[in-house]
Amino acid sequence: MPVFIINRLLQAIGVILVMSVLVFVGLYLIGDPTSMLVSPEATEIERQALRKALGLDQSIWIQYLTFLGNAAHGDFGRSFLTGQPALQLIVERMPATVELVVVAMTFALVVGVPLGILAGLRPKAPSSKAIMTGSILGFSLPNFWIGLMLIMLFAVYLGVLPASARGETVNIGGVALSIFTLDGWQHLALPALTLGMAKAALIIRVTRAATREVLPMDYIKFARAKGLRPSRILKVHLLKNILIPIVTVAGLEFGQAIAFAVVTESVFSWPGMGKLLIDSIITLDRPVVVAYLIMMVFFLVILNLVIDILYIAIDPSAGEKVRD
Amino acid sequence: MDVTTMKAMTAAECQPLLSIKGLKTHFETRAGIVKAVDGVDIELGRGEILGLVGESGSGKSITGFSILGLIDPPGRIADGSITYDGRDLVSMGEEDRRQLRGNDIAMIFQDPSMTLNPVLRIDTQMIETVQAHANVSTAEARQRARDALVQVGIPSPDERLKTYPYELSGGMRQRVAIAIALINSPKLIIADEPTTALDVSIQGQIIHEVKKLCRKTGTALIWITHDLAVVAGLADRIAVMYAGRIVETGKTADLIERPLHPYTKGLIDSVPSHSTRGRRLHQIKGITPSLLNLPQGCAFRERCEKATKECLVAPKPTLLAGRLVRCWNPAL
Ligand SMILES: Nc1ncnc2c1ncn2[C@@H]1O[C@H](COP(=O)(O)OP(=O)(O)OP(=O)(O)O)[C@@H](O)[C@H]1O
Ligand SMILES: [Mg+2]
Repeated sequence: MPVFIINRLLQAIGVILVMSVLVFVGLYLIGDPTSMLVSPEATEIERQALRKALGLDQSIWIQYLTFLGNAAHGDFGRSFLTGQPALQLIVERMPATVELVVVAMTFALVVGVPLGILAGLRPKAPSSKAIMTGSILGFSLPNFWIGLMLIMLFAVYLGVLPASARGETVNIGGVALSIFTLDGWQHLALPALTLGMAKAALIIRVTRAATREVLPMDYIKFARAKGLRPSRILKVHLLKNILIPIVTVAGLEFGQAIAFAVVTESVFSWPGMGKLLIDSIITLDRPVVVAYLIMMVFFLVILNLVIDILYIAIDPSAGEKVRD
Repeated sequence: MDVTTMKAMTAAECQPLLSIKGLKTHFETRAGIVKAVDGVDIELGRGEILGLVGESGSGKSITGFSILGLIDPPGRIADGSITYDGRDLVSMGEEDRRQLRGNDIAMIFQDPSMTLNPVLRIDTQMIETVQAHANVSTAEARQRARDALVQVGIPSPDERLKTYPYELSGGMRQRVAIAIALINSPKLIIADEPTTALDVSIQGQIIHEVKKLCRKTGTALIWITHDLAVVAGLADRIAVMYAGRIVETGKTADLIERPLHPYTKGLIDSVPSHSTRGRRLHQIKGITPSLLNLPQGCAFRERCEKATKECLVAPKPTLLAGRLVRCWNPAL
C-alpha cells in the first residue's frame, strides 16, 4: 500500500514539472503582460523598467529556472497585478469554491443516486423514462444557460434569491464560510443548484447503468433466495456494489468542479478560485495562473489517491489487485 | 390431544412435502414464447432426495426458480400449481413467499464464484440470512453461522467468518453457500448443479457431505444436474427432463438398470463406466431443439431411434412398471 502511495506522489511531481513548462511557454507565447499593466501612453523606457522589475527581461529559460527554484521553497511569485503572493491569493479564494462545490456535489448525490437506482430498477416504467430525459437535459444544456435561466426565474421574475456574490459569512478557524448564515445559503442556492444539476444528471446515468449491471448478478438472486427483505437487498447488496462506480465518478467530478468551476463562478460572480483563474488569464497574470494550475494538479493527484483508498475500503478485492 | 387433531397430523405427515402439477413457466420474448417449463409434475416426500437430470436448456433451473418464486419478467408461471406443505406457492403473496425462502426452502447455485456478494464479509452474509427469518440478536445469529460452517466441514470457522469471498477457494465458497442454505434448517433444499464448477475430487466430497447432512436432518433435496452419474449414487428417485417436460421418473436403481424412455437410455449409454471402457461412448444423435419451435408431438421425436407415426401426438405421462413415462414406445 505505501508503495502505491509513493508511486502516485512521484507521478504527481512528474506531471507538475511537465505542466509547469507547458503553462510557462504557453503564457509566454500569448503575449507580454506589461502591455496590460501600464497605461497606453507610457514610454518605452517605463515599459523596460517594468519588465526588468518583474524579471521579464530575462530569457524564458532563466525565468523558468528562477521560478522552479523559488517554487521549491514554496514561493510561487507575486501577482503582477496586485503584488500579493500568488499562493495567498489562491488560498484566500479557496473556501468559497470548496463550499460551493461541496454543496453542489452533495445535492447531486442526494438527488442522483436514488433517482438513478429507481430508473435502473424499472427501466421501462414511465417514471424512469422521465428521469432519464431530465438527466439528458441536465448535462446537455450548457451550464451558463441553466445559470442564467435560474437567475431569470428566481432573481428577476420571482425576486426571492440573490443572483450574485457570496453573502454574509462566518469566520471559523480563519476560514470564511457562508453555510452558517441564512443570507449565505440564499446566495449559495442558485450557483450550487446550477452546478449540482449538471452533476446530478451524470450521477443518475452512472447509478442507473451500475444498477442495471448489478441486478442480474447471481449474488442478487441468491440474496433473494435467502429470503432477505427487498429493502435490505437494495440498501446493502445493491448499493454497496454500485457505490464503486459512483464514488469514482463523483470523486473525479468533484475534483473537476473544484479546479475549474469557472463558468458557474463567472455567471454568479462567485468570488472563488475559478473566477480568479479566468481573471488572471485575461490579465496575463502569469504567476497566479502558474501557481493555480500547479496547485490543482497536486490537488487532483491527492484526490485520485483518496478515491483509490475509498475504492479499496468498499471493495477489498480491488485492494488485492492494486497491491499485485 | 384429541383424535381428530391426531388424524389431521398423520394426514399432514403423509401428504408429500412438495407437489408440482402441470407447471408451465414461459418467457415472452420478442422472438416468441419460450416454453422453458411446459407441464412438469414432481412429487417429493419429506427427507426424500430427487435427482433432476437433463441436458443444458431443458428447463431444470427454471423449474427450481419457479418453486422459489424467483422468476423475473419476461418470464412468468403461466399455469399449474406448486404445493408446499399444503400451501399453494403460486397464488401466495410475495411477503409470505419471502418468509419461506431461505427458511423452509433453500437454494444452492451453480457457480460459487458468483453467488456470494463480493463486497460483503462472510459473517454479514450469513447473519442476515438468520435475521431475515428470526428475531435473534446478532451474537446469536453469529453463533448459528459458526455452527453452520462447522457442519459443512470448514476448518477454523471463526477466521472464515471474517473473510471476504475473494479470499476463499471455489470449493470453500460453495461450502459457505451450502452452510447458508442449511443455516435455518430448511425442509427442502434445491441444489442447482452445485458441483459442476468444482474439481472432481471436491465434487465427490461435497456430494457425500450434502447427502449425509440431508439424511441426518431429514431435509428433502432436489439435486439438479446434467450428469446422470452424479445423482446415481445420491438420489432416491430420478426425474429426467427434456425440453421443459419430465419424460421419465422412477426409483434410481430401477431407472438406471432399465430405462424405459429412449432419451433416458441415451443418457445412460453416454455415461462412461467399466463395461464401456475402451469402447466408443454412445451419443444421442442430433441436437436439442430450440424451445421456440419444438417439433410437433413428442419433443424428442426427431432424435429418437424408435419414433413412429404415433409420436406426432404428444404422449401423456403413463404409469409403467412403477414409473411415470412420457413415451409411445417405451422399452420393455
Ligand atoms: N430470461 C429468459 N428469457 C428467455 N428465455 C429464457 C430466460 N431464462 C431462461 N430461458 C430459457 O429457458 C430454457 C431453460 O433454461 P434453464 O436455465 O432452466 O436450463 P437448464 O436446464 O438449467 O440448463 P443448464 O444445464 O444450462 O443450466 C433455456 O432454453 C433458456 O433459453
Ligand atoms: Mg441451469
